[in-house]
Amino acid sequence: MKKVYSRIEAIAGNVITVRAENVRYGELAVVRSAQRTSLAEVIRLAEERVSLQVFAGCRGVSTGDQVRFLGHPMQVSFSDDLLGRIFDGSGRPRDKGPELGEHMIDIGGPAVNPAQRIIPRNMIRTNIPMIDLFNSLVESQKLPVFSVSGEPYNPLLARIALQAEVDLIILGGMGLKYDDYLFFRDALEQGGALNRTVFFVHTASDPTVECLLVPDIALAVAEGFALRGKKVLVLLSDMTNFADALKEIAITMEQVPSNRGYPGDLYSQLAARYEKAVDFQGAGSITILGVTTMPGDDVTHPVPDNTGYITEGQFYMRNGRIEPFGSLSRLKQLVNKKTRPDHRALMDGMITLYAAYKESLEKKAMGFQMNEWDRKLLKYGARFEQEMMDLSVNVPLERALDNGWRLLADCFSPEETRLRSELIRQYWPAREEGQPAPSRSGGTD
Amino acid sequence: MTNGKVVGVNGNMVTVEAAGDVSLNEVAYVLLAGKRLKSEVIRIRGSRAEMQVFEMSRGIGVGDEVEFSGEPLSARLGPGLLGQVYDGLQNPLPELAAHSGFFLERGVYLSPLDEAKRWPFTPTAAVGDAVGAGDELGSVPEGIFRHRVMVPFHLAGAWKVARVAAAGDYTVNDEIAELEDESGRRLPVNMSFHWPVKRPVTCYRERLRPQEPLVTKIRLIDTFIPVARGGTYCIPGPFGAGKTVLQQATSRNADIDIVIIAACGERAGEVVETLREFPRLPDPRTGRTLMERTIIICNTSSMPVAAREASVYTAITLAEYYRQMGLHVLLLADSTSRWAQALREMSGRLEEIPGEEAFPAYLESVIAAFYERAGLVRLRGGGTGSVTIGGTVSPAGGNFDEPVTQSTLKVVGAFHGLSRERSDARKYPAIHPLESWSKYRGAIDPAAVAYARAILFQGHEVGQMMKVVGEEGTSLEDYVTFLKSEFIDSVYLQQDTLDPVDGAMPPERQRHLFVLMFAVLAARLELGGKEAARAFFNQLRQKFLDINVAAWQGDEFRRLEADIAAFTAAQRAGADEKGQRLLEALRAGAPGRGE
Repeated sequence: MKKVYSRIEAIAGNVITVRAENVRYGELAVVRSAQRTSLAEVIRLAEERVSLQVFAGCRGVSTGDQVRFLGHPMQVSFSDDLLGRIFDGSGRPRDKGPELGEHMIDIGGPAVNPAQRIIPRNMIRTNIPMIDLFNSLVESQKLPVFSVSGEPYNPLLARIALQAEVDLIILGGMGLKYDDYLFFRDALEQGGALNRTVFFVHTASDPTVECLLVPDIALAVAEGFALRGKKVLVLLSDMTNFADALKEIAITMEQVPSNRGYPGDLYSQLAARYEKAVDFQGAGSITILGVTTMPGDDVTHPVPDNTGYITEGQFYMRNGRIEPFGSLSRLKQLVNKKTRPDHRALMDGMITLYAAYKESLEKKAMGFQMNEWDRKLLKYGARFEQEMMDLSVNVPLERALDNGWRLLADCFSPEETRLRSELIRQYWPAREEGQPAPSRSGGTD
Repeated sequence: MTNGKVVGVNGNMVTVEAAGDVSLNEVAYVLLAGKRLKSEVIRIRGSRAEMQVFEMSRGIGVGDEVEFSGEPLSARLGPGLLGQVYDGLQNPLPELAAHSGFFLERGVYLSPLDEAKRWPFTPTAAVGDAVGAGDELGSVPEGIFRHRVMVPFHLAGAWKVARVAAAGDYTVNDEIAELEDESGRRLPVNMSFHWPVKRPVTCYRERLRPQEPLVTKIRLIDTFIPVARGGTYCIPGPFGAGKTVLQQATSRNADIDIVIIAACGERAGEVVETLREFPRLPDPRTGRTLMERTIIICNTSSMPVAAREASVYTAITLAEYYRQMGLHVLLLADSTSRWAQALREMSGRLEEIPGEEAFPAYLESVIAAFYERAGLVRLRGGGTGSVTIGGTVSPAGGNFDEPVTQSTLKVVGAFHGLSRERSDARKYPAIHPLESWSKYRGAIDPAAVAYARAILFQGHEVGQMMKVVGEEGTSLEDYVTFLKSEFIDSVYLQQDTLDPVDGAMPPERQRHLFVLMFAVLAARLELGGKEAARAFFNQLRQKFLDINVAAWQGDEFRRLEADIAAFTAAQRAGADEKGQRLLEALRAGAPGRGE
């Protein structure tokens, strides 16, 4: 039996310091005060002074409270009993169901050996053209949705969760508004997916430290299922809240801040979570889809910036649509060469033209004369936004590709698209009856 | 050997009360439940040593035993390094997987070299030969290379060969020679030895200026911003601009003997591709697999942070080792920013006074010292060898003004800056052609390249001006310049790295294409109006894009080439005098031109 310590020396923010012996770094303890008990984790050892971060926060903790060390790090129960259940950031039930205490596994375990990973090869179809065609989701990918607060990112996540072909969904909510939490629950229930979902939800009013635990606990469970051969999709919303919780703790611990108050190890901390996305050879996989809200729509803010470097491509959400710009994910190239031969070229070609449309739009806004080429681009851009970018479009990839060719044929002549002649010969749609032939620019032919 | 006890733990920094002498950068082990966790001493205060642990520090407690090794962090050098996949501490990852399964188990350190393998050794030194550090004693074949077995680099002073093994099969641990120093002390040596990773290997006669271009088969780089063998270059860029894709293309196509990839603090997924594909991909130069000329050092972002720093040093040490054999080695470090961040994390834990953006004040000198380990050297036994370093930088917010980018720019010979604008518009490689620079000379006449660059620059200016005055306010002449610059961009600068033909363009073909393109640039074109000019360039571009993916000198290639010549000639109304002169010089120097 471990000894109980009842002399807390310091309380600052969510961190308490006690004098204790034989304590290990990362060990869990129970802090028992008059009103309640909370778990706490050892985050610093300096001789016999032990600093712990108290999961439920330090409000109401007194210097006379009891601290009992448990001799093991933070753990979570792992079994099929988790399915359909809802827990908080410390792993306690939120849904009036029974507490689970068996088959405990450590959270925040070691990294996967890179030599044991396999090259991602399966595309996860979502039937959203902006994803399937322009930024394919790949099994074992880690992909954030960059968004301004206020955008409908949670409905997007829920829709992807319901339409994606996966075995299990694990939702990690960090700083979720209570309404959003209810929305997720209802959406997945109505979609009939509740019994293959596990929730770990920290709402905005819960203690900050629990927010830090959510990704680890969700990913530890995901890892357990993936090792048993399941294809797991982990949804994390919103990782900016997680980063802010890190910042809060770091500042309390008097760490030197690096960039806008965030700790210097923000990159490593985020990477440790996102890198849990994996495709195990001979077992299942973990795919992570996170939301990162960009404070002030600033992509250079430390959280989206670091996230961008860690993750494999991004979805940018703006005005209720997924933007076609955003980064080239290497993974996308691995899967879209196998879908259809025109996929990659069409994707790049359409985006280059859309970028040109944006320039023409800018020219127009400044009051310049529109030449014929500009007018073609304006027509193309408007239709592109309507027929491709609108999130209500729900078609399989092959249909989306055909629609893309049709859109190009309606707006341009073949050589204006910069696509290779060989692809144009194969895919350029024959003109339908009654449609006017697109005029060529200039009169050189 | 000194022992000690843990007195404090803060993240991956452990404070130890040592019971004897401790040296800086010494390796020590924390003993924890039968495991030995490797650490490095990074600061000493009185009898207390602060160490960074290269493993997860969870579970370490006050009072745990610590053993100091007395040795600095070292890499093991010897035959059998090629084709290996190591972590930052030179632990072979596939063997580790066989030992511990899916996850990285801490405290497991396996031998970097295969100790059982027998290498066919051929002695070249004779008894009585005077030798020094780095001199050849014999050789073993390693894949396609002749691996020199050398006098260990740490043996200072003059030695004499007292005995050398006969030709035959030996393991890396078998004694292959005995050396004798001036005082008559005898020292047995085998085929492998250790070298401290943070110390440059200097057993060469002299350093030379890098002159010869390192061909990457990327047109924009080889023609406009070339890299030299033995030189250094950096690729800063915001996320998603294609740094890693560029590095991967280079690691496949670069015309070099050995490639060492240091994946430092980046995504594991990216290494996996190299790891799984290189053993299957043929090396165009030798016909063997790419893996036989590659070493991967991989400390990905979720692996312990302290080992990130070790990984770049391990990589450069292995590169220097092969340089000593007269080989040309390319080290690709992706990304040096992650290593700088690891320094920052440690500096924060040590509570040092922070410099700019909380990076430690010594950041600049650390980066400079690293890049300065690149170079072309003349070896003592004759012949040359080189180490070229290409490092990516991941600047926070994509802003090149941050400390890591700036410190790097001060010491490198070429700057390949990636631009978000270009990658958003899917212009790959997204290297900004005007902002980037190189101090090295490429294979194509610099005057002609400068001419093309001037058109790019003028075209860019016109483009900017057009944003203000509109197309209607631009003269036809300026507009054609603008179209010419766009034309260079689409047919020469942009390259589909994933296309089997376009993706890797050998120098002779680049030269050929450059001449073909230059003929258009130098020509004065009679184009009637802007609409017609745009249509002309649209069609010309299409022909060039098709020729770029056609088989070299095949029927389709020749047909397109003739087509381009005829198409251009139809609109040609003379030529710019300077352009024409350069074109003639280019053609005179271009072998096998199809005219």
